[in-house]
Amino acid sequence: MSKIGLVLNREYTTRVRKKSFIIMTLLMPALMAAMMIVPGYLMTRDDTKERTIAVYDGSSILLGQLESNDYTKYKFIPEEKYNRVKDHLKTSDFYALLVIQPNVLNTKTVQLISTSNIPFDLKNQIQNKIRSVIEKEKMAEVIKQSGIPDLEAQIKATKSSISVNTIKLGESGEAKKSSTEIGMALGYIFGFVIYMFIILYGMMVMQGVMEEKQSRIVEVIISSVKPFELMMGKIVGIALVGLTQLAIWIVLGVVIFSSAKGLIPGAQHATTAQDIMAQSGAMAQANTPEQLDKMQDILGMLGSVNFPLIIGCFIFFFIGGYMLYSSLFAAVGSAVDSQEDAQQFTLPIMMPIILAIMVMMSAIKNPEGPVAFWFSMIPFTSPVVMMARIPFGVPAWQLILSMVLLILTFVGMVWVAGKIYRTGILMYGKKTSWKELGKWLTYRS
Amino acid sequence: MDLFSAQEVTKTYSNFKALSEVSISVPEGTVFGLLGPNGAGKTTLIRIINQITAPDSGTIWFEGRKMKEDDIYRIGYLPEERGLYKKMKVGEQALYLGMLKGLSRRDAMRELKMWFEKFEIITWWDKKVMELSKGMQQKVQFICTVLHKPKLMIFDEPFTGFDPINVELMKQEILRMKKEGATIIFSTHNMESVEELCDHIALIDKSKKILDGPTMNIREQYKSNIFDIGYKGDFAKIEQAFGKKYSILAHDETGRTNSLKIQFLNGSNSGTLLKDLVEHVEIVFFNELIPSMNEVFIKVVTQNSNSQS
Repeated sequence: MSKIGLVLNREYTTRVRKKSFIIMTLLMPALMAAMMIVPGYLMTRDDTKERTIAVYDGSSILLGQLESNDYTKYKFIPEEKYNRVKDHLKTSDFYALLVIQPNVLNTKTVQLISTSNIPFDLKNQIQNKIRSVIEKEKMAEVIKQSGIPDLEAQIKATKSSISVNTIKLGESGEAKKSSTEIGMALGYIFGFVIYMFIILYGMMVMQGVMEEKQSRIVEVIISSVKPFELMMGKIVGIALVGLTQLAIWIVLGVVIFSSAKGLIPGAQHATTAQDIMAQSGAMAQANTPEQLDKMQDILGMLGSVNFPLIIGCFIFFFIGGYMLYSSLFAAVGSAVDSQEDAQQFTLPIMMPIILAIMVMMSAIKNPEGPVAFWFSMIPFTSPVVMMARIPFGVPAWQLILSMVLLILTFVGMVWVAGKIYRTGILMYGKKTSWKELGKWLTYRS
Repeated sequence: MDLFSAQEVTKTYSNFKALSEVSISVPEGTVFGLLGPNGAGKTTLIRIINQITAPDSGTIWFEGRKMKEDDIYRIGYLPEERGLYKKMKVGEQALYLGMLKGLSRRDAMRELKMWFEKFEIITWWDKKVMELSKGMQQKVQFICTVLHKPKLMIFDEPFTGFDPINVELMKQEILRMKKEGATIIFSTHNMESVEELCDHIALIDKSKKILDGPTMNIREQYKSNIFDIGYKGDFAKIEQAFGKKYSILAHDETGRTNSLKIQFLNGSNSGTLLKDLVEHVEIVFFNELIPSMNEVFIKVVTQNSNSQS
């Protein structure tokens, strides 16, 4: 057993000390954050191009009603100038020409003429402005005709917004405020993390096995340790690399999360320097009272999620799924001589896991459905699909059945992989077929 | 006493017989040559000794008892197909391999320092393996094989990739370790080094052992009564006198002394040959030609395939 320890130690330390690992581990959260923040930032950023739009209002309804904002100016022009501009838009100083026909109240259509492509935002802006002016105009007309004095205020009072608070009754009857959105988000995140780690680290196992085979060090090593010990040492060592990376990400995540929580007034006072530093960033995003409310709400609902269960299941399915797939990847790595040969075997292995991520997408929408149920029982897809269901709550018997099936399958798979591995690592120059792999299972050690 | 022996070992892979009832005995403190053409089954036998594979039938003995699992820590194995982790540092890797063979970190470190200083390669310690040349890597592999002072060392083609100076260095090390009590199984196609190093040999061909014994005895056994003779005098006289008794294989009169190769036929021996010669010419030298291992190898393997076909 101490030999497994030595192998494991080598697999772990050589990988964790790699520059690429350290950079990846520290950079990934930053990249993830950037991926979420940058598009949002770009979208909210104002269009800073200065434009002047000529407006010819044939109906006179909008005259003087289109307010210019910082970058877009509206200039109303009389008819004779309109005729000139219409023909020479290209050479004029105007970016575009907005034409409002006299019968706009009926046609509900205006024309925006430009020599260049109109940005989507600008078009929306104009549309909204005209719409609100026309709505106001129409309403004024209705109010005038009805003769009811405070009709305008009454109509305003009918405007209302609804939010649905979902409550989930626990088995013991206690009511918890839950959120479908948060369940979906958590399910998606956990399922995806498992998917990513299985592929990433499973491939790493395969590469490691192939490296040993190609560099021909494997015969020296298996004259000291049993092939099975070498394989297990590698699989477990690499799993620890993955868990280390995950642990670092969780710690970083918790630090960021708790400093974000500290920003919300009343939730917790920002005390550390880090919190204060983060404050300026978060405040820029949550600067209205409604947004603050919402954030507080989300944080409150996150608190209602059963994190110990989710984290526990996550670790279990992470390890189970990883063991199942990485032992398959190890077997493939041992059976082939080159990267190209590996292709034909990796594809069938990847298929169920890709299927799992596809099923997961529908499982987070309908976590109790038959598709979600069956795929969270099948061991090849259960790590991903079950993780997507757990935040919504899964009956204990289903969880236990799924776990037992996964354990049985991965133990069987490790055994099969060990047999293939033992023969494969010493086979060179032979193109391996599926039939050949089957034959290796029957070889005596 | 035999340090190691294999008794009627048989190994079959699906429908291919790799070894059939092969028995060898390796006396303690000797160098044992394991010879045979490519694909004869040598590597399979070596893998069985290293417990990489198990025989279908037959017994392996080590130090007079059946071989145990732990015995692999007392064996050092340098395979023909060998390599190192390319991206790992030399020292770290040697340490790892030493510890896999059961050495503690401290012992492995001490032994490694000793070897690295002896071979004057201490500056390689922190280099990555891929920065070393093939010959340099071989040196590191050699050290890793003998680091844990195994009782039995198995070298499969240990000299390929070395320059002549390093080949000599390795040979001296092997002979020194033998003197210190190590037993060595040596597999190679280089018959000159077999003659130089091996006390015993076994020849395996087509999964069967076809020849074994002390190297000198085997060469004696395959000698064919050929003598190399240097003389002064007239070749015609010899030719005339010898008639049917001897056959003259070659003669050369261009050198300082004339020479010829003679094989004697039935009813004669070195005594009668000498007597017959002295009567006609003055003898400068008289040598019995013993076949080289190379000749023995070719002869035995060719005979074996002829007898089977």
